[in-house]
Amino acid sequence: MSTETRGPTWQLPKGRTKSNTALNDGGTPSLFGTLVKIVLLGLMSAAMVFAIMILIGNEDYLFAGIVAVATLIVNWVYLRRGRLPAKYLAPGLIFMAVFQVYVVGYSAYIAFTNYGTMHNSDKDDAINAMLLNGQTRIDGEPIYPLTVVTDADGQLNFLVTLTDNSGAMQVKVAADGEVLQQVTPTEFNSFGKATAAEGFTELPFREIAAIQEDVVRAKLYLSDDPDSYFLMTPDASQAVVFGPRLDYDPVADTMTRVEDGKVFFDSGEGTYRSADGEDLAPGWRVEVGLLNFERAVTDPGIREPLLRVTIWTFAFAILSVLTTFVLGLGLALLFNDAKLRGQRWYRVAMILPYAFPGFLSAFVWRALYNKDYGFINVVLFGGAEIPWLTDEFLVKISILLVNLWLGFPYMFLITTGALQSIPSDLMESARIDGATAWQQLRLIKLPLLLVSVAPLLITSFAFNFNNFSLIYLLSGGGPKDFDATINVGHSDILISMVYKIAFSTGEGRDFGLASAFSILIFFIVGTVSYFSFRRTKTLEDVN
Amino acid sequence: MDKELSKEELKAYKAAKAQLTDERKLTFGGWLRKKGWKHLVGWVMVVYSIFPIVYVISGSFANADQFTSTLFSSFTTDNYVDLFNDPYRPFANWFVNTLFISGTAAIGSVFLSALAAYAFSRLRFTGRRAGLLTLILVQMFPQLLALVAIYALLVNIGNVFPFLGIGSQLALIMVYLGGALGANTYLMYGFFNTIPKELDEAAKIDGATHTQIFYGIILRLAAPILAVIGLLAFIGTSSDFVLANIILTKPESKTLAVGLYMYVSDQFGQRWTIFAAGAVLAAIPIVALFLYLQKYIVSGLTGGAVKG
Repeated sequence: MSTETRGPTWQLPKGRTKSNTALNDGGTPSLFGTLVKIVLLGLMSAAMVFAIMILIGNEDYLFAGIVAVATLIVNWVYLRRGRLPAKYLAPGLIFMAVFQVYVVGYSAYIAFTNYGTMHNSDKDDAINAMLLNGQTRIDGEPIYPLTVVTDADGQLNFLVTLTDNSGAMQVKVAADGEVLQQVTPTEFNSFGKATAAEGFTELPFREIAAIQEDVVRAKLYLSDDPDSYFLMTPDASQAVVFGPRLDYDPVADTMTRVEDGKVFFDSGEGTYRSADGEDLAPGWRVEVGLLNFERAVTDPGIREPLLRVTIWTFAFAILSVLTTFVLGLGLALLFNDAKLRGQRWYRVAMILPYAFPGFLSAFVWRALYNKDYGFINVVLFGGAEIPWLTDEFLVKISILLVNLWLGFPYMFLITTGALQSIPSDLMESARIDGATAWQQLRLIKLPLLLVSVAPLLITSFAFNFNNFSLIYLLSGGGPKDFDATINVGHSDILISMVYKIAFSTGEGRDFGLASAFSILIFFIVGTVSYFSFRRTKTLEDVN
Repeated sequence: MDKELSKEELKAYKAAKAQLTDERKLTFGGWLRKKGWKHLVGWVMVVYSIFPIVYVISGSFANADQFTSTLFSSFTTDNYVDLFNDPYRPFANWFVNTLFISGTAAIGSVFLSALAAYAFSRLRFTGRRAGLLTLILVQMFPQLLALVAIYALLVNIGNVFPFLGIGSQLALIMVYLGGALGANTYLMYGFFNTIPKELDEAAKIDGATHTQIFYGIILRLAAPILAVIGLLAFIGTSSDFVLANIILTKPESKTLAVGLYMYVSDQFGQRWTIFAAGAVLAAIPIVALFLYLQKYIVSGLTGGAVKG
């Protein structure tokens, strides 16, 4: 490479060789370019400063620090002269660092926590949630007479006639969610219940019926302490005392259940747990060490499905590659014949499954396989009810058949290409030497073919190993495995199992366990890549 | 595997022998043995390949109660009309969203990878080889594996910048851009290396800056291949289900892959014909693009293979 540039080499700091810096310097920047750069950097920095302020406000000092350092680095990279490689690499690297590298580390971290639906945020949030959600009727408290009233503006209010222990009567009023305030009653009915007060008139019964939902949902607080007892009315004529089901003691850090007096202690695993092992929900996020991995090994409801799914994942990936390769190669040998009429049209038709969007193919095959309406059962099998996707063995065959349909065109394309690149004089000399067609295939074509196609077969294996879309969109991983304690089906592969454990709507989400499984997939993929790299020369070619 | 091949190849061998001995005059039996069976296999494969596609097209024009009987037994365009008139399943939005998200992600990722590939191809720096190796390594691990962490990360980002949290299309695009460098840089690096270095040296002598060389020479000359890589990235992201599904939450912000899943996941029988209409419309641009790019795809695949 040339070392001559117009770059003002006199500006370069000392200690660098001329040839190295001159190459990476690249001449005088234009005014326009500099302006664009300054504006973009300014905007980015402003956004980042904003983010840092919010992070500090959330007391998330670690991330505030990381964002600050990252922002400084980016500014430093773009504001100094020279050192072009960093300028060209930075934009892509930032995205890769966050969304491909960091997330892997973060997965590993989550695998050591109990993060999930039941352990979603920190301990304070969990305590608040427990106190707010676990509300129950307080036994032994009196029931008070209540009247539904409206104020001068027509706002819904509730008039309660309270009697304290000494028998003294108080009339109070409040709207939904407010604290009861004393008022002067103006009318009583024959049972001594206040039915109207100054500024408040009774609402007729039929109007109450129309807003029944609002009435039964209303909460009238007895004091302005948010954890205090409150009144609710199930029938628009009586008020019942409700209160938190749990009583929190901040000093001892215990929860006491009001109804039976059971005491719950911080278990150290992100929950309050009683002496007899009962957990309160929700819990909070804590690091649990190897617990998720232990569960995968010791709990038979997880261990057995995990083992089965791992075996099926390998079987699925290997069989998919094998079947598609054999069919693709067979067709390539057959149609690699310029004399065959209409050969082009056969090719176009056979490429269509590959061109058709994969997710749609899965949907279409799902419909074709449908037990009740599917074309295969209704027309091809004359109304038979074959459970293509709901039988635990048949579903695997069905999936492999669909993947054959999806994958053979790719193998057809690459083997055709590889066959055509085999020098024709090789085949000619083999023919002259009297090799049979089978010998030509086995001894010449296949070995040459495999040299160029083997890396793609490995890639294809790796792709199918994590072929989430096909499995999830075709069979949903089903039929469900009812022996398992996790949400997993008989056709699930590892990655679809991870997804279902983490994101299925019906059951609780368990991010910790799901991440532990994705770490397992990482190791498998890493091992396979390691051996495939050792066998191919890709890495040596890099220079 | 061996047995199957041997049978086929023996047949091919016999056919080839027959061809050598008798080129012109063929009885029907002879033709069948020589060429006809290939056509037979060809037709079987054609039916196998296009049948599911024909089935969708037929379904998209069928009456809702007749779609199972036989292909093309009824004809109506109601399904296409219904498709655009379902407020809970806004197909038109999904279509636009897919174009926007996949288009932006494709352009963005081509640009980011081109920047990186330029650095790797034209500049010399310490850690260059290690950088390339890292990219190849990173490429082996699909982002999909970290989907739990991606979700959790976006929840956290959403606490700071709500427009970049869960539910945001921009967030999805950013996640796709995260996978850009790993997927395309090495490929592009190979293409950039085929552009003669003498060109940028000449430009440099004439006073061109590095940005002028990048935009004016490298990107111009590599434009066709960048377009192909971009379109392939477009096809790839538009078919993504899992990331789009966990990130996009509102019906009107979904993509085609996620949206159409709503049709098939429940009450299959009632909505199948409308789904089929949606599938046909969703597939047309992608299939067209694919067939148009076919020769690049094939040469790209085998090119990579031969280089191995």
